[in-house]
Amino acid sequence: MPRRDDISKILLIGSGPIVIGQACEFDYSGAQACKVLREDGYEVVLVNSNPATIMTDPEFAHRTYVEPVTPSFVEKVIERERPDALLPTLGGQTGLNCAVALAETGVLERYGVELIGARLEVIKKGEDRRLFAEAMARIGLDTPRSGYAYSVSDAEEIVASIGYPAVIRPSFTMGGAGGGIAYNVDELRSVVTRGIALSPAGEVLVEESVIGWKEYEMEVMRDRNDNAVIVCSIENFDAMGVHTGDSITVAPAQTLTDREYQAMRDASLAIMREIGVETGGSNVQFAIDPKDGRLVVIEMNPRVSRSSALASKATGFPIAKFAAKLAVGYTLDEIPNDITRKTPASFEPSIDYTVVKVPRWAFEKFPGTDQALSTRMKSVGEVMAIGRTFSEALGKAFRSLETGRTGLGVDGKDAFDEEHFERYLAVPNENRPFYMAEAFRRGRSVEEVSALTHVDPWFCEQMRRMVAVERDIAGRALDTLDVEQMRIAKRQGLSDAQIAYLTGSVEAEVRARRMDLDVRPTFKSVDTCAAEFEASTPYYYKTYEDEDEACPSDRRKVMILGAGPNRIGQGIEFDYCCVHAAYALSELGYETIMVNCNPETVSTDYDTSDRLYFEPLTFEDVMDVFETERPSGVLVTFGGQTPLKLARSLEAAGVPILGTRPEAIDLAEDRKRFAEVLDRLGIRYPAAGTASTVAEAINIAKRIGYPLLVRPSYVLGGQGMVIAYSEEYLVRYMERATEVSPDHPVLLDRFLEGAIEVDVDAVCDGASVYIGGVMEHIEEAGIHSGDSACCIPPFSLGAETVARIREHTRALALEIGVMGLMNVQFAVKDEQVYVLEVNPRASRTVPFVSKATGVPLAKVAARVMAGVRLAEMDLPDEERELGRFCVKEAVMPFGRFPGSDSVLGPEMKSTGEVMGVAADFPSAYAKSQLAIDYSLPDGGTAFISVCDRDKRAIVPVARHLHHLGFRILSTHGTARSLKAAGIPVEEVLKVHEGRPNVVDALKNGDVQLVVNTPFGRETRSDGYHIRTAAVEHGITNITTVSAAQAVTQAIEAMLSGRLDVVALQDMGTEGGA
Amino acid sequence: MSDSARAFLALEDGTFFEGVSCGAPGEVFGEAVFNTSMTGYQEVFTDPSYAGQIVVMTSPHIGNYGVNAADMESSGVFASGFVMRECSPVASNWRAEESLREFFARNRVVAAEGIDTRRLTRHIREAGAMRAVLSTVDADPASLVEKARASLGLVGRDLVREVAVTERFTWGSEVPPGCELPVDTGVLPAESRFRVVAFDSGIKWNILRRLAEASCEVIVVPPATTADEALALAPDGVFFANGPGDPAAVPYLYRTLGDLLGKRPLFGICLGHQMLSLALGGETYKLKYGHHGGNQPVKNLLTGRVEITSQNHGFCVDFASIGELILEESGGWALDPGDLAGWVRVGVPPVVRSERYGRVRLTHVNLNDMTVEGLEALDQRAFSVQYHPEAAPGPHDAAYLFGSFVGLMHGDGETLEAGAGTPARR
Repeated sequence: MPRRDDISKILLIGSGPIVIGQACEFDYSGAQACKVLREDGYEVVLVNSNPATIMTDPEFAHRTYVEPVTPSFVEKVIERERPDALLPTLGGQTGLNCAVALAETGVLERYGVELIGARLEVIKKGEDRRLFAEAMARIGLDTPRSGYAYSVSDAEEIVASIGYPAVIRPSFTMGGAGGGIAYNVDELRSVVTRGIALSPAGEVLVEESVIGWKEYEMEVMRDRNDNAVIVCSIENFDAMGVHTGDSITVAPAQTLTDREYQAMRDASLAIMREIGVETGGSNVQFAIDPKDGRLVVIEMNPRVSRSSALASKATGFPIAKFAAKLAVGYTLDEIPNDITRKTPASFEPSIDYTVVKVPRWAFEKFPGTDQALSTRMKSVGEVMAIGRTFSEALGKAFRSLETGRTGLGVDGKDAFDEEHFERYLAVPNENRPFYMAEAFRRGRSVEEVSALTHVDPWFCEQMRRMVAVERDIAGRALDTLDVEQMRIAKRQGLSDAQIAYLTGSVEAEVRARRMDLDVRPTFKSVDTCAAEFEASTPYYYKTYEDEDEACPSDRRKVMILGAGPNRIGQGIEFDYCCVHAAYALSELGYETIMVNCNPETVSTDYDTSDRLYFEPLTFEDVMDVFETERPSGVLVTFGGQTPLKLARSLEAAGVPILGTRPEAIDLAEDRKRFAEVLDRLGIRYPAAGTASTVAEAINIAKRIGYPLLVRPSYVLGGQGMVIAYSEEYLVRYMERATEVSPDHPVLLDRFLEGAIEVDVDAVCDGASVYIGGVMEHIEEAGIHSGDSACCIPPFSLGAETVARIREHTRALALEIGVMGLMNVQFAVKDEQVYVLEVNPRASRTVPFVSKATGVPLAKVAARVMAGVRLAEMDLPDEERELGRFCVKEAVMPFGRFPGSDSVLGPEMKSTGEVMGVAADFPSAYAKSQLAIDYSLPDGGTAFISVCDRDKRAIVPVARHLHHLGFRILSTHGTARSLKAAGIPVEEVLKVHEGRPNVVDALKNGDVQLVVNTPFGRETRSDGYHIRTAAVEHGITNITTVSAAQAVTQAIEAMLSGRLDVVALQDMGTEGGA
Repeated sequence: MSDSARAFLALEDGTFFEGVSCGAPGEVFGEAVFNTSMTGYQEVFTDPSYAGQIVVMTSPHIGNYGVNAADMESSGVFASGFVMRECSPVASNWRAEESLREFFARNRVVAAEGIDTRRLTRHIREAGAMRAVLSTVDADPASLVEKARASLGLVGRDLVREVAVTERFTWGSEVPPGCELPVDTGVLPAESRFRVVAFDSGIKWNILRRLAEASCEVIVVPPATTADEALALAPDGVFFANGPGDPAAVPYLYRTLGDLLGKRPLFGICLGHQMLSLALGGETYKLKYGHHGGNQPVKNLLTGRVEITSQNHGFCVDFASIGELILEESGGWALDPGDLAGWVRVGVPPVVRSERYGRVRLTHVNLNDMTVEGLEALDQRAFSVQYHPEAAPGPHDAAYLFGSFVGLMHGDGETLEAGAGTPARR
C-alpha cells in the first residue's frame, strides 16, 4: 500500500524539555519522523518547547512552534495551521498525553484532525492498566495479580490478598513517577499517598510483586497490513524491581531458549493486535519467574519509547523513522532496510554482537535522597556499548559513563563500604556492579552472588570470568604479558588503563606494549543481519577479532567527538552542537566521522554523519578510531567537557586538533594566567584566590571579603560549589574538601551579591568575532547559569553596558586565540561589568541562541574551524533589533528526588530547558513557565516568605500579586514587612511554631504559589520543609526574588490573554514576533 | 583458557581459522554454512537437515541456557561440526539439564569456540558455501586445506538415507527407532481426526508435534517406502519432510511423491517442497550460501502478508522450470514466471502449467532475494513451502500451514489464505 494522499499536512508533537524519564531519545525519534515525512512530500508542523532539539531546527519542519506542549497552545497551533493529521506517538508520554487531551476535549474533531499512528482507544487501552489487564485476560496472557486503589484503605485491602512486597504504580505518570515498592504497611501508606497525589486520575495500581524475576522487553512494529516484526529483544541485567530506565539492559536476550523466546514473541504480537496498534512501534515488558518460567506481561507502550531508541541504535533498525512511514500508509515490505538497502524492512534484525546499556545517575547533586534503585526512574542519562561479547560490552559501558572509572573496577578507584558490603549487593544501587565484581575478586561464587542480587547466573559468570582474567595479569610486569594474555584481556573488555593499573604501569606503556605485540582492535559493522547481506551504511563498533571491516576512505575528513551520556551539566545541548558541526562540515564537502556512546542522541543516528563509531570517549577508544580513520582533524570543542578533557593527550599523541588550540583552552581555565590576560585587557573580575588548606582559605577570605563563591578547582556543572557567607561555613567546607580531594585546591572568588549575570556566546575566526547573543539572566548571580532563566535580548541592561560586554567579548576572544565557539559569563553590578568565566568551546546556551536569533552558531563555528572566514558567511548584523523576546528557562528534577532541597544555588541541578517566545518579556517568560509546569496559577493564595535581605525587594511583588487577585499568606517576619507597606496579608505559622502551619496549608492544597527564598545553608530548615512540600504537591515554587518578579509579570501576561503562538519560520533572522 | 585444546577450521579455498575446542576431540568434514538464529542452537544442531554440514552460529554467545531433552529435534546431533564465538561454560535456565560443553562431550560432537565467526560468515557470503574440515588433531593449515578439498561435497550426494529411519513408527505411541532420550511429543490429540503418512528424510520432531497438535495421527515411514506401501496404511494425507543435502540426489523420493500426487492431499516442507517441485517437472539449483536463520521475510502472494520465517536450505526451486505461464490464471500479467520480484510487485500469484500435473501456483516468495518459498499444485491437492512453518527454532508466523493441510484433508478450498501471521499456541 503506498503512502496516503488524502492527508498533506501533519502535526507532530514533541516531548518538551529533557526531564528524568524523557530525554533526548524523543528528539532522535521526532527528528527522524520530521525528516522522513518531509522527504515524502508532507507538510510538517511541529510543536516542541525545547530549543535544544535538532527537531526544532527550522529546516526540519515546515512550521516549527517552540511553544509549550500543552493542549491550549497546541490548539492554537491547530487553529492556525489546520493540519489534516496528528502523529502523537513520537513525542513520549508528554506528546501522547497532550494528544489524548486534544482528542478527548473534541479539539481534534472540531478542526477535522485525524490521529494517525495510534487511535484514542488504542492509547487508552495501552495506558490504562485496568483496560490493559482485561485485554490480556481476553487473549489468555498472564499479568501480575493486582487491584486499583483510590485511597490508602483500598490499598491495604488489596495487599491483604496479594501480600507484601507490593508494587505501587500511579496511573498516567511518566517514567514511573510516584511509584514504589512497599514491604510493610508504613511504606504502603506513604507510597500510595504520594502515588494518588501524583496520578492525574488519583489512582494507583497495587500489584503482586514480581521482584527478583527476570525482566524482558520486546520492541515490536506493525503495519496496516498486519505485518508485525520484533525489532529487538532486551534482557535486563537487574531483575524486576528496578525501573527499566534504571536497569542495566542487554540486547539481545541472553538466557531464553527458543521456545521461551518465541512464546514471548507470540505474546508481543498478540498484544499489538489485541490492543489494536495498527501502525508503528510499541514496547512490551515481560517478567519471567526464574524458578518455573511463568511468563507475565507487565506493560506495553503504544508509542516510540526510550527502549525503541536503544533498540534502533542496537540493531540499526530505525524504529521512529519507520513508524512515521507506517503511520502515513506504507507497509513494512515497501520500506527498504536502510542498512542493506537491498532487503526490505519486513524482517527481524539478527545481531552478531552484544549490546549493553548502563544508566547514568546524578545522586551527588541531590543529597538527602534515597539512592536505592526502585520502580521510579532516577537516572539522568545512559550509555550504550557494543562488543562481540557481553563482558567486552560491559567493560566498555563502564568506561563510557564519565564517572572517572576506566571499567568495572581495578582502576585504582575501587572503594567499598565494608560494613554494608552485603547490602550493596542485595539492594539495587548505582555501584552494585562494582560490588559484584569485587565479590568475585574475594572468591564469592556465582551462585552466592546471583542469589543475593537476583542477577542471572549467566551474567554473574561473565563477570566472574572478567575478574579471573584480571587475576591472571594482576601484579605481573607489563613486559611479561605475551600476545595471548594481552589478547584475552582485551577480548574480556579490560581497558588499557585497567591493564596499566594491574601491571603497575601507565596507560601509554600498555598501548605501546599492545602495539609491539600487535594486539590491535578491529572494527565490525552494525548491519541488522549478522553479515548475511552486505551493509552499505558505515556504522561500527570496536572489538578484538581477526578481521577489520572499517575500510576508511581517502576523502578529506573530520572526526567529531561527542558528548557522552547525558548528565546534569552536560545534556542534549552539546549533542546538538556536535550534530550541527557534522552537518556544517558535510556541507563543506568533508566526510564526517562521529564518535559517541549515547544511544539517546541524534549524533548517534547513522544518518547524521558519514561514518559512526559507537565507542566510549576515552583516550584509548578515540585513538583507536583515529588510527583507523586518520582524519585530517578532530573536533573536541563541541561535545562539552567530555572530549575537551581528551584534547591535551590527543594532541600529545599527534592528533590534529581543529579550532582553538588546547593550550588556549587551558589558558582560560588557568586562573592565574587568565587573570593576567584580564589585567592586560583592563577587564574587571571578582577578586579571587586559591587555597589548599583551611588556613590559606581564611587568609584569602580576609583579603577579599565575604560572601565568597567557593568550589573545587576541577568541576562540571558547578559540582560542589557553594556560597560562603561566614568563616565558620568556609572552614567546614574546606575541611571536607581537603579531605575528599587533597590534590585539588579550592577556588575562592568574591561573590558579587545581587549582581545581574549575563551570558554571551560568540564565534571567533582569529581575526574577527561574531556575537551570537547576549543573554540577561533573570535570577541574580549565585545561581548556576545552567539553572537560571535568561532572556535574549537583555530586558533591563543599559545600551552602554551591553556595548561594554560586547567589547570585552571581542577583546577576550582575540586575546585568547579562540578559533570557534566561546562562551563568556559576566556579572553586572553597580554599572560595572565583571568577567566571571570564559569557556572557549560550545556552551549549553548555543542551541537557545541559535533558535532565538536564527543564526546557527555551532555551524558557523564548525565552518570557521574548517578555515572559512566569518566575513565570507554573510551573517546578519549582530546588533540588529530582534523585535521579540526569547526566554530560556531551566527544568528542575526535584520531584524525582524526594528529600532533596529544591533551592537553587551555584551547583547546577536542572536536566533540561524550554524556550518561550513573545513580543514582550513577561509573555515570553509566561510561556517558558507554562512549558515547564504546564500551568501557572491564575489566582488563589500566594504564600510569601523571604529572608531578611529580600524583604524590601519583595514588597512590589506582593503588591502586584495582590492586584492580580491573589490572597497573600506569609509567616510572621515577611507579613510584618508587607503590612508595613499596606498590603493585606494573612499570617501562618512556621513549621516549628506549631500547627496548623504553612506545610499543612500546602498539603491541604490551600496554596497555589510559593515564594520562598532561602535563609541560609542549614538543611532541614523551615524553608526546606516548605520547598519540598511544594515540590511534592506540584505547587509553583519560586526561590529567588527576581524570579518572583518575572513570574508575577508572567501571570499578568497570561491573565491578559495575550499569549499567542509564533512559528520560527516567521521570525527569521531579522525579527518580528 | 590457554591450556584448552586448540581447534582448527580450514575451508577448501585455503581460508584457515584457529579456535579452541569446546567439544569432543576429532576431525569432521562438511559444508560450512552459517546460521543467523539468535536462539535455538540445540534445535539447529539436532536438525537432521544439517547432516553433512559444519554449522557456524553468527550469534556470539551460544550455550547460555544449556541443553534439555524437550528441545531435541531428533534423536541426536546431525551437524558434523559446530563453530561459535563463545560457548558458555554455565547453563542458566530452569529447563537446563546440562551445559552445552557437557552435552558436546557426551555426544562426541566436535565443536570450536573463539573463532571470528563474523569473518567466517562474511567469507561464506562472498565466496559461497564450501567444503570444510574442523579438527582438533591436525594443526597444519596446508594439510587441513588439502583434506577439505578431498572431502565429499553436498551436490549429488544422498544424505537422506543416512539420517532417516529404516523402520516405520507412529509418533506418540512408539518411540522413534534408535532413540535413547525421553521424547517430548508435544500435545497429542485425544482422538486423531486424520492419519498422515510422513516420509522421513530427516524429519524434525516439531513437524510431528505440530501435526499431532492439529489432531493428526502420524506414521513416519522410511524414505524408500513405495507409494503403494504408503497408501496401504490408509492415510488421509501424505507429508514430505525436510532433509539434508541435494534434492536432485534423491530421485526415488520425488518419484514416490509423483506416484502419490492427486491420490491424497499432500504437504511438503523444505526438502519435501523440493521433492514436490521436482515431481512437478521443475528444477532445483544451489544457492550461493543458502538461507539459514529465523528472520527471513516471506510474502504470501495469496494474502499479501509477510511472514517472518525459519529457514534452512541450501538448494532452491526454479519456478519457471515447472512450465509455461497460464496468463488468464495469473491476473493477465504477461510477466516472466521466473520474475518473482515482478509478481511480488503486482501482488499476483502466477500460475504455470506442469506437463503432467496441471496448474501450479507460486504462493510464497522470499523478499530478501526473491526466491521461491512455496507453491501449490492446484489440480492435485498438494502444496509445499521451502521454509519451516514448524519453526523450532524460529517464529511461529507460518504455523497456519498445518491448519491448511488439515483443511485440505478435510476438503476445504483456499487453504493457504488462512490466518497468515496468526501465531498458533507455543
